[in-house]
Amino acid sequence: MTGALGVTDRDQLEQGGHRPLVTVEHLIRGYGPKGVLNGVDLEIERGEFVALLGPSGCGKSTLLRALAGLDAAVSGSGRIRVPGNVSVVFQDSRLLPWADLLTNVTLGQRRSARARGSEALAEVGLGGREKDWPHQLSGGEQQRAALARSLVREPELLLADEPFGALDALTRLKMHGLLRKLLAVHRPAVLLVTHDVDEAITLADRVVVLSHGRIALERRVELAADRDPSSGEFGRLRRELLAALGVRRGMAALDLPDARDPRGKASA
Amino acid sequence: MSATLDRPLPADAVVLTVDERPRRRRLGPGPRRRFAGLLGPLLLLAAWALGSWSGFLSPQTLSPPWTVVDTAQRLIEEGRLQTNLEMSAKRALLGLLLGVTVGVVLALLAGLSRFGEAVIDGPVQMKRAIPALAIIPLLILWLGIGEQMKVITIALGVFVPIYLQTHAGLRAIESKYVELAQTVDLSRWEFLRRVIVPGALPHFLLGLRFAVTAAWLALVVVEQVNATSGIGYMMELARQYGQTDVIIVGLVVYGLLGLISDAAVRLLQRKALAWQTTMAG
Repeated sequence: MTGALGVTDRDQLEQGGHRPLVTVEHLIRGYGPKGVLNGVDLEIERGEFVALLGPSGCGKSTLLRALAGLDAAVSGSGRIRVPGNVSVVFQDSRLLPWADLLTNVTLGQRRSARARGSEALAEVGLGGREKDWPHQLSGGEQQRAALARSLVREPELLLADEPFGALDALTRLKMHGLLRKLLAVHRPAVLLVTHDVDEAITLADRVVVLSHGRIALERRVELAADRDPSSGEFGRLRRELLAALGVRRGMAALDLPDARDPRGKASA
Repeated sequence: MSATLDRPLPADAVVLTVDERPRRRRLGPGPRRRFAGLLGPLLLLAAWALGSWSGFLSPQTLSPPWTVVDTAQRLIEEGRLQTNLEMSAKRALLGLLLGVTVGVVLALLAGLSRFGEAVIDGPVQMKRAIPALAIIPLLILWLGIGEQMKVITIALGVFVPIYLQTHAGLRAIESKYVELAQTVDLSRWEFLRRVIVPGALPHFLLGLRFAVTAAWLALVVVEQVNATSGIGYMMELARQYGQTDVIIVGLVVYGLLGLISDAAVRLLQRKALAWQTTMAG
């Protein structure tokens, strides 16, 4: 991919030797007045965790799929540079229903990787379940297996497309804890696509808001290590991000006609 | 199980639920009963025996069941049933093997490449509209009336359902798994082995059930056309001598073969598709 886009050592020299792990320059996807991405610039450093926030249809999945190399049929222009070893976690676990867990986790790996597959399963709390079929797992367990499948490859870049979007709130919180624990060990760079503001603040080093195919806001998350959602700083960042997403607090945000109707007392 | 659970309740124990709920009309067919499936065949057999015994069915029309049993015994003692059965089974198996191979190869070619689909799918759909048995006259002219013609007639009946189902199975594999295969960098061979073949297997096995039925059907016909051995030949000979008992033995054998082979394929389905059926643990 990098070769086709004409990236050479010269570029590296021009940047004074520093080269981010991921570079996206003026990425356009889908032409016309309703283009999906209208010129996105993004850099991700080695080991950095970037959360990509945005409302549905803002193009965040398109950006992720471009980085994953899954957009062969999409028209566009721009320049993308990603490392060779990229793993993708999708919103659905995408475990092959006809393969047992260990085969799923080591899919595409050499046979010698099976021991590592067992280790990865143990890491996500699914030790000893190598022979189980995917349908025997709960939704959260399936997503944990998908994480194990990604980590067994020791990726330099982990792309996650709303990986916890289909999980219930409690399971999602547990998954956040697990992910942070895993990343502390494996340290890939991460691009997490989500529409959950708290999730983004809890997990990321940097939050990027995508709106109408452009990057609307970028904020580094500089909070205490526990990232307590009830802290004032957390709340301020949340409010700022929500505002960038076009969400105001309270009933006014709903913008219902009744809410402003002076006669509609009952609806207040 | 603990002993306390096995001990019968004392005679004076109150075991009734005090039921004060409104009554519900039962609309479903109710619970399954074991061996209930045998009721129909047994009633049929009883009617047949009764008809023969009372003289309502003349032996020329339909031999009584006991005569059929005697005849079967005689045919086995003479060795005629076994040799003919062996011939028939060999033909059916060869035809099935050939037809399944051709069907799978064509389905893979059509399912995995747009060019293959453009070339193969049309002709197979055309072949589908022509019953395998309608081609027999042409096959006799080309191949004579030997074993070759018989096996190929059977294979022609077999490959169509195999092709149709396997092709449908390949098309039904969700694109999200293809995408996954791309992201984990599967080689073409691994993609075939891990995604395509297991993904299409349920459809293939369904096709196999149709194919087995098609094989027996074609067998019956080719054996009654210019055959000198096989169950069909034995029945055709019996027709010339008016032996309804031998004809019925042949029919029963055909029926049993159909039942047994279908059960075998279903067993294969259960084994191969364990990932679908172990839901209950």
